[in-house]
Amino acid sequence: MEDIGIVSYGSYIPKFRIKTEDIASVWGKDGATIARGLGIQEKSVPSIDQDTATISVEAARAALKRCTIDPQDIGAIYIGSESHPYAVKPTGTIVGEAIGATPNLMVADYEFACKAGTAGVQSCTAMVKADLIKFGLAIGADTSQAAPGDALEFSASAGGAAFIIGRDQVIADINHTSSFTTDTPDFWRRAERKYPSHGGRFTGAPAYFKHITNCAQQIMEAAGTKPQDYSFAIFHQPNGKFPVKVAKMLGFTYDQIKQGLIVPFIGNTYSGASLVGLASVLDVAKPGDRIFLTSYGSGAGSDGFDITVTEEILNLKRDKAPSVMYMVNDKEYIDYGKYAKHTDLLYWE
Amino acid sequence: MRDVAVIGVGLTKFGELWDKSFRQLISEAGAKAIFDSGIEGKDIDAMYVGSMSSGRFVGQEHVGALVADTSGFSFMHIPATRVEGACASGGLAVREGYFSIASGINDIVVVGGIEKMNDVGGSSATETLATAADQEWEAFFGATFPGLYALIATRHMHEYGTTKEQLAQVAVKNHKNGALNPYAQYQKEITIEQAMNATTVAYPLGLMDCSPVTDGAASVVLCAAEKAREYCQKPIKIIGSGQGSDTLALHSRRDVCTLDATVHAANMAYKQANITPKDIDLAEVHDCFTIAEICAIEDLGFVNKGEGGKAIENKITTLDGTLPVNTSGGLKSKGHPVGATGVAQIVEIVTQLRGEADRRQVKDARIGMTHNVGGSGATCVVHIMEEA
Amino acid sequence: MNSNVARFWRQIPQRYNLIGNQCGSCNKIFFPPRELCPYCRRKSMENMHPYQLSGKGEVITYTIIHVGPEDFEEQVPYPIAIIKMDEGPQITGQIVDCDYHEVEIGMKVESTFRRIQEDGYTGAIYYGYKFKKCNGD
Repeated sequence: MEDIGIVSYGSYIPKFRIKTEDIASVWGKDGATIARGLGIQEKSVPSIDQDTATISVEAARAALKRCTIDPQDIGAIYIGSESHPYAVKPTGTIVGEAIGATPNLMVADYEFACKAGTAGVQSCTAMVKADLIKFGLAIGADTSQAAPGDALEFSASAGGAAFIIGRDQVIADINHTSSFTTDTPDFWRRAERKYPSHGGRFTGAPAYFKHITNCAQQIMEAAGTKPQDYSFAIFHQPNGKFPVKVAKMLGFTYDQIKQGLIVPFIGNTYSGASLVGLASVLDVAKPGDRIFLTSYGSGAGSDGFDITVTEEILNLKRDKAPSVMYMVNDKEYIDYGKYAKHTDLLYWE
Repeated sequence: MRDVAVIGVGLTKFGELWDKSFRQLISEAGAKAIFDSGIEGKDIDAMYVGSMSSGRFVGQEHVGALVADTSGFSFMHIPATRVEGACASGGLAVREGYFSIASGINDIVVVGGIEKMNDVGGSSATETLATAADQEWEAFFGATFPGLYALIATRHMHEYGTTKEQLAQVAVKNHKNGALNPYAQYQKEITIEQAMNATTVAYPLGLMDCSPVTDGAASVVLCAAEKAREYCQKPIKIIGSGQGSDTLALHSRRDVCTLDATVHAANMAYKQANITPKDIDLAEVHDCFTIAEICAIEDLGFVNKGEGGKAIENKITTLDGTLPVNTSGGLKSKGHPVGATGVAQIVEIVTQLRGEADRRQVKDARIGMTHNVGGSGATCVVHIMEEA
Repeated sequence: MNSNVARFWRQIPQRYNLIGNQCGSCNKIFFPPRELCPYCRRKSMENMHPYQLSGKGEVITYTIIHVGPEDFEEQVPYPIAIIKMDEGPQITGQIVDCDYHEVEIGMKVESTFRRIQEDGYTGAIYYGYKFKKCNGD
């Protein structure tokens, strides 16, 4: 696939943070040890008035600010999330209206745990390739929920990233994409339940590692590449340890994954995770940089991408919207009580 | 156009009146006014009722007919009309009654104002009061009614140096007057410290800057001036009536600190009465919040724009000042049963001009003014009265 | 109940995208859009054109709501301000993403997309504009 790829990108991270230690102390646990073990210092928390729709709008508007396309030329919007505000009524229509892309628009919402956003990128890429649309908008965003006191509470956070895919003014070619998918019940949430459940250590080798490594090898085989060919690599980041381990397993270095590794500072933004990592890489990427991305979604599957940055990135007005690192550092700490209020842990009647 | 006089007044106690229903309150006030006036039921040509939101407070609309019914006049089939203009409903009802006599259509009308606010919960009452504001562009985004007046206060403090202490002095003065009024909801003085340290409701306004939620009703009997002395020894003539409107939303106003509707209504009334602000001896103004009284005395022309705070500080508007304002205790201390307020203000001025205000009597009161506002200033009604 | 959806839906272009209108006769800009220009009146009939505000403006007055309406109870205390938009119209909105002590007259702000309220747990969610401190660009 030549000259089909990312035309612009944007991301959004809410400004509130809660420290791993502060969560741990509420439940009588040793915060320092947990933070070290998970590789997560603190996580992002949405404001009471923020949700997946508002985060998606911020990310999409940032993407539009950086480029010069007319939102009316966006022919499809696919938003992947585990926390769509409605179970029935797509986030995509709200975002479509808020960016002025309606009414000539194809929309449906996606779900595939933490890889729903990258699935959206794949769909948009295919529709552009098929000449069905001029530009597609794929977004991965979440205000992920975790049961109070559960291990996931230390990592489930909020954030998202948006990617405009097209043939014109492509800043990063998507050379190859494919997926590795099986029915693996490592982590799930039943319909009408508030919090997810998971299989403990089962989420490791048979789930995260199996799918990422298989998908990654698949991509490199199709592209004829080796880890050394890449300037940057991004893997799904449920905690600060897994992506470092899988990178090593595949032959990537820590330096290659560093720019895209955001989880230690903002936690796991679920459907936003690997895409926010990609946005962070694009914030600093130069023409010719090759980027390797493999996402992971429980249930389970991985989407892989082989991407090359083009000269066109120099024409993208990247400074028209805040960079990922800027937003990571633009933060305000809150305590557990405020966190509970913001994430609807308290029951209101 | 003929002259119109007030020949009878009546009101219920204002307060949290659990034992009294909407119907009981308005009947009580009406009956008192009719007895006070010297007329008999058969003399009444029409009724006007001011009520802001009977529908939301007691689930009842169509209250013009209801009031005629509860007052026992349905068998006479008299015309009965409900008038609404948010918190100016009472004043507007008086003005409608006044027109109907001035035009020659009616000779004698009874005007009542009523609000029964305590049957719904506190937050429902607040939400209902907020319907006086712009629902789509103010209330929808989280602005509350006290919030809107707080927006006025912040700007007034910024532009003119008005202080929180001056706001507190308004509340202290009105409570002092209210303590002398047996009908007032609160008949207790408060201190400056209590007013300044009260819980914040919408910065810079605190609990003591806000009028309360109140049940109550008031009523007046209006009569063609040429016939007034057939019934009443001390008719009080309405010598000026004015009304103005302005944008519903505060943010659309020409100047956030000025209620142009008040200026317009006041000018209309002064012109008709052929007097100037200097001729006014006392005024009942719409102090739904303390800042509202400060703006009112400016917009009614008693002091220049921005000098309202100084006027309070210099005690010009106390009971024994040069221009007593809100001798009844104002909305703050007397209470603010929304639809009743505009009518109750007329009751107070008439009582003062008749010399019947007892311990709160203003000496040599000859010309009095009432000032009734709807919402954050989108409606204003002003009346000027003088001994006939 | 779920009876407000039509009323809300009609205002989406205003609430999501600050679309007001401009009088074709005197060029004054209005938000929310008006059927007629109050200054030009009949000259403005059929002559009002959609106009999107930039979202940037300046605080001209504010308050901090401590006692909020039921739907906003979780957010108190929160600042509400009247903002003079760069194009002229004034708007009432909530200020977010800053300590409420930071709000002051003259503060430059820009609009942001947030949840405004919802019809309880089962009703529709209403999105719209709030304002945050402008980074100035």
